[in-house]
Amino acid sequence: MYGIRKIASCMLLGVGLWASAMPGAHVGPQAVAQAEVIHWWTSGGESAAIKQVAHAYRQAGGAWVDSAIAGGDQSRAVTVNRIIGGDPPTAAQFNTSKQFLDIIEEDMLNPVDDLARREDWDRVLPQPIVDAIKVGGHYYAVPMNIHMQTWIWYSKAAFERAGIAREPQTMDELFAALDRLKAAGLIPLAHGGQGWQETILFSMVLANMGGRELYLRVIRDRDQQAIRSPQFRQVLQAYKRLKTYVDPASPGRNWNDATALVIAGRAGIQIMGDWAKGEFTAAGQQPGREFGCLPGLGANSPYLIQGDVFVFPKTDRPEALRAQKLMAEVVERPAVQLAFNQLKGSIPVRTDADESAFDACARKGMAILRDRARPVGVAEVYLTPDQNGALQDVLTAYWNTAMPAERAQGSIASALRY
Amino acid sequence: MMARMLPWFAPRIALLPMALVALLGYLGAAGWTLWISLTGSRTFPSGGFIGLAQYRRLFDNERWLLSLHNLALYGVLFVLACVLLGFLLAVFIDQDVRGEGALRTIFLYPYAMSFVATGLVWQWLLTPGDGIDGAIRALGFPHFHLDWIVSQDMAIVAVVLATVWQASGLVMALVLAGLRGIDGEIWKAARLDGIPAWRVYLQIVVPMLWPTFATVLLLLATAVAKLYDAVVAMTQGGPGIASEVPAKFIMDHLFLRSNVGLASAGAVLLLLPVLALLAPYAYARSRGARREAA
Repeated sequence: MYGIRKIASCMLLGVGLWASAMPGAHVGPQAVAQAEVIHWWTSGGESAAIKQVAHAYRQAGGAWVDSAIAGGDQSRAVTVNRIIGGDPPTAAQFNTSKQFLDIIEEDMLNPVDDLARREDWDRVLPQPIVDAIKVGGHYYAVPMNIHMQTWIWYSKAAFERAGIAREPQTMDELFAALDRLKAAGLIPLAHGGQGWQETILFSMVLANMGGRELYLRVIRDRDQQAIRSPQFRQVLQAYKRLKTYVDPASPGRNWNDATALVIAGRAGIQIMGDWAKGEFTAAGQQPGREFGCLPGLGANSPYLIQGDVFVFPKTDRPEALRAQKLMAEVVERPAVQLAFNQLKGSIPVRTDADESAFDACARKGMAILRDRARPVGVAEVYLTPDQNGALQDVLTAYWNTAMPAERAQGSIASALRY
Repeated sequence: MMARMLPWFAPRIALLPMALVALLGYLGAAGWTLWISLTGSRTFPSGGFIGLAQYRRLFDNERWLLSLHNLALYGVLFVLACVLLGFLLAVFIDQDVRGEGALRTIFLYPYAMSFVATGLVWQWLLTPGDGIDGAIRALGFPHFHLDWIVSQDMAIVAVVLATVWQASGLVMALVLAGLRGIDGEIWKAARLDGIPAWRVYLQIVVPMLWPTFATVLLLLATAVAKLYDAVVAMTQGGPGIASEVPAKFIMDHLFLRSNVGLASAGAVLLLLPVLALLAPYAYARSRGARREAA
């Protein structure tokens, strides 16, 4: 599968190279601003969303060359290789994270400070997003959207069958609800047994049980003392306790198959990012009617955000610079943000965006985003890709084996030490 | 003068491109990897010298240690099973069975498939509830249970199963070629002496075939060290990290986790066992060649 993906991405890369070599790309300063954009929005809803952006860019007088590459890993690898090889795309997608920090430090990205100043990003963007895209006082990426990773989705029908009257507000209430679901003969927790999904479960428990302070001490500060604290051990134990509510067929399951269990009412709860909402709506279900969405346990729970950005690799070709400038300006327009995010299932990056066109779950999220004390970044925002990967390795091993919590603490301390 | 030098020069000039490729492509790349492994490189191979820190980090990493353990277990099981199965298949075909050509093709056929295709097929076959598990239960054995591929302890054995199925045909072909090279007089002599066939195989034929087995071992050992695609296709290293292998660790850190330094350290460590296996073999070969020359 890996091989096939690689071949496919090579072919796409070839198409991209061919396209950028087409006549018209280098005609002169009066030519249209041609932007070659590498991204990995290839699934149905995603590609519909990016088409909106491409359309807006063409309306603004530019020419959009689409280089879609299936799979974020592949797409980022192609971008990095092309930057190193001296043939960078005009713009490329990354996650709102440290994935592009090395490229910034090698001085291979153009900053977008003009736009940031004009749009007052220091004020209107949530802090975790600013933390990821502002390096050394300069903005290096244009944020596209915000995803919240740890929504608690539940089936109203399943809750009714289990006799659960109200939404859980604490970790204890969540476990009580899971117990009732189990007693009612349902799958209490729909889970896909893949490393990244286990990381989502863990992040949810850490944020809601440990609170903002412990979360940031462990994930952002990589505080060895906090990792070895009894409080963090309780978080790990609670995370592992969730496994007793998972059905035996979960290993290797895809997230959308887990969502399907909740949609069918066979499972009670799934903890997953807001992209799961698309599955519910595609099945004709509506928030508040057939399913419920909880952004966290309790009114002050941390809100774990992440998203996608575009970066602009360094170039001194004037037409490429013009294309980069035009594109940065177009994607931040409120109308483009609205059209893109509605199709993508995410929410706009600006805290002052108009929320009337969004559904109930998204509106909940946008309201929380305006409360500066609640948004924090997901692990990827604070950790380098290899730290994040090492953490995920430990979490999935701990979830899948009889590893004691103490040893998991030690292994997490090792994973985050470097 | 020129005319006399030409025979000396011509083959050397013809070999020069190959030698350059070997020097730059293989040795040069290996040396470069060794250097990168001593730096703090992340996305780009441009970090400063940090000594052996990447190696220390490697041995503080649970997944790397488990990968090494898996590789050792996989290596022993895979090589033993391939050699045993391949040898038995070759002996079987060597009994003048009817339809030898067809059987040989069938046994060798899996080798024409890539590890990715093999891995995917076996992943389907081994999925609990479907594949072999489901088929045998449907045949009337409701308590039959085959869940290796999702089991912590057996996932790596599932990979052994799939790759042995793929590679043992090659061993058969090589051993069969060796068996055909054995002088028929030996068999006649053994038959006259009334020695049972299995003893002839074990005590006369196998020792005579040692160069064949050395080649087989070398081929299988390199297949073990570079084990990657079968794991990716079958288990993705899971469940959890139960079937992770070093090559996958290296690839993940090169391309997904942006740590070229750590990946290079892993690659250097992976080269060591290969060299350890290769060196005695090359030594034996060169001694053999010298003895023949003398």
